[in-house]
Amino acid sequence: MAKRTIEEWEETTLGPLKKRFGERKESFETMSGIPINTIYTEQTKAVTEFTDEYPGEFPFTRGVQPNMYRGRLWTMRQYAGLASPEESNRRYRYLLDQGQTGLSVAFDLPTQTGYDSDHPMATGEVGRTGVPISSLADMEILFDKIPLDKVSTSMTINATASVLLALYIAVGKKQGVKPEALSGTIQNDILKEYIARGTYIYPPEPSMRLITDVFQFCSKNVPKWNTISISGYHMSEAGANAVQELAFTFSNAIAYVEAAISSGLDVDAFAGRLSFFFVAQNNLFEEVAKYRAARRMWAKIMRERFNAKNDRSCMMRFHTQTAGVTLTAQQPDNNVIRTTIQALAAVLGGTQSLHVNSKDEALALPTEESVQISLRTQQILAHESGVSESVDPLAGSYYVEHLTDELESQAFRYIESMDGMGGAVEALREGFQIQEIHNSAYQHQKEVESLDRVVVGVNQYQSPTPPIKKLQTISPNETQNQLARLAKVKSERNDKKVQESLENLRAVTKSGSNTMPVLIKCVESYATVGEISDVFRDIFGEQTEFTPF
Amino acid sequence: MTSKIIRVLVAKPGLDGHDRGAKVIARALRDAGMEVIYTGIRQTPEMIAQAAMQEDVDVIGLSILSGAHIELFPQIINELNNREMGDVLIVAGGIIPESDHHYLTDIGIKGIFGPGTTTSDIVTFIQESIK
Repeated sequence: MAKRTIEEWEETTLGPLKKRFGERKESFETMSGIPINTIYTEQTKAVTEFTDEYPGEFPFTRGVQPNMYRGRLWTMRQYAGLASPEESNRRYRYLLDQGQTGLSVAFDLPTQTGYDSDHPMATGEVGRTGVPISSLADMEILFDKIPLDKVSTSMTINATASVLLALYIAVGKKQGVKPEALSGTIQNDILKEYIARGTYIYPPEPSMRLITDVFQFCSKNVPKWNTISISGYHMSEAGANAVQELAFTFSNAIAYVEAAISSGLDVDAFAGRLSFFFVAQNNLFEEVAKYRAARRMWAKIMRERFNAKNDRSCMMRFHTQTAGVTLTAQQPDNNVIRTTIQALAAVLGGTQSLHVNSKDEALALPTEESVQISLRTQQILAHESGVSESVDPLAGSYYVEHLTDELESQAFRYIESMDGMGGAVEALREGFQIQEIHNSAYQHQKEVESLDRVVVGVNQYQSPTPPIKKLQTISPNETQNQLARLAKVKSERNDKKVQESLENLRAVTKSGSNTMPVLIKCVESYATVGEISDVFRDIFGEQTEFTPF
Repeated sequence: MTSKIIRVLVAKPGLDGHDRGAKVIARALRDAGMEVIYTGIRQTPEMIAQAAMQEDVDVIGLSILSGAHIELFPQIINELNNREMGDVLIVAGGIIPESDHHYLTDIGIKGIFGPGTTTSDIVTFIQESIK
């Protein structure tokens, strides 16, 4: 019997049914607007086209390791930072006791924007969104009794990333751990701060220089450190869809690689330590396809655009966090189900590490109890669901392969148009990414309000929500303790040494030499994050918002 | 309904950079026919009060997600009072726990809009309060 074609099936079987009953919607599409057909078959893409990709080999579509989670599970890394170094240290040790395998530090906004806890701009913000770190004294408490040669630590820090890395290296030295034994990640991705997250300090050029200083220093001295985590996550949170997330992340990545190469680095000397960070949204198949497309895109970019020789330089390794924007304040228990679907997407998509948001985070910082559910979600996926036993299990699905190709080609088209504008930094100056993301956010909100997009418990299936009884709170004592410790540090340190190190930093910064060695000297003299940032502010100036709205 | 065009300042106090909500609301208010001035991020209480006075607004919308509202909102209200702007309508949105609502209403925040609020609810609230 001759094989039936999809057209024949549509005519004889699907067509009559659609005519009789209609369908729920006139058209179906993914969250980024890719049209979805009723079915996909090998007519969409021949089986032979996707069976020649293997995990652990260029272009890594199917995964960066040949056996993925059969060798080692992903790193379960819950992002946490409480109101004080003491509290945070206690939470980290609790999480490690509970089976978490890596740390992830959240800092408060003053630390992220280069202000000490006692600065007027820090009013009300100390310890709010994470731990305040003003000096080495705070950092010593934060990692007390945590062996830095055994755990890997991810730090969500950008404008002040090199200062925090210097602090981490200094704490390691105090513990007797050499820089070459340290492993972890700093986010260090300033471009997405201008675009979406907002914790920039200096203009793009000098900020990029601080970033390439880190690339260069770590390639020689801290070889196991991921020097940047180029992030789509926050752009997605600000409204970007999957195509925009890919396009803007990789156009930023291209800008960093170009900056590093023009600072004199060989691409293969640093590219292997570049890492990525993506969101996991609700749209399961599109998200899995997104991670697959991301790996293939990065491999192509590195090989074709930058002529990278090492396979390692072409491997897109990434962290995933479930989507904060999908958390609802209404019926918060539903968030556990949402984050489970999102975490599943990340695992099916081959993530290297994962943070699962907690159900109460639309209302406050999560409690210990709700964080435990998040970690358990990861453990259930890892040990009970069986999804980690085979590599890239959705490969070969006509639908997922189609979405992978479609996301890749749409994102590359976006990148091409930004190349035409002069690249990510020039596009940013025109406010391009900011405007595109805002348009997506506004459209999303309109769809929610017109009920074109259902959010369970919010615009449909509402029911009265009893307020969550136990929310994480911050006591004013903790801010007082932080201020007292900072005052003590400032009164007890050797002022002459501090001034000398800061002057040295000024000279090195102006000379164009690598700032990392002198930054380590500065923090070891107990110069503060604010004092160091002021030196840079003085030389570099400060950036204001790119687009007036 | 008033025939006068309502002027709104949408402001982001503190160091918080999450501006998705503020911008979506600014645009929705514009689409609803109001004149909207958006301050951008990292505004001090003085900057916000000063902008409100210079722009002669009827409404100030404060958006904050970092938790610093407890310290910053009273300061903003002080700064407004210092400029004899005490009668301006102040509404707020972001991550503001319910346990703080009572206090914020007491100091003069007239509307507090949490996650999941529709922009049309906010438009209606402002239009009815300004009548």
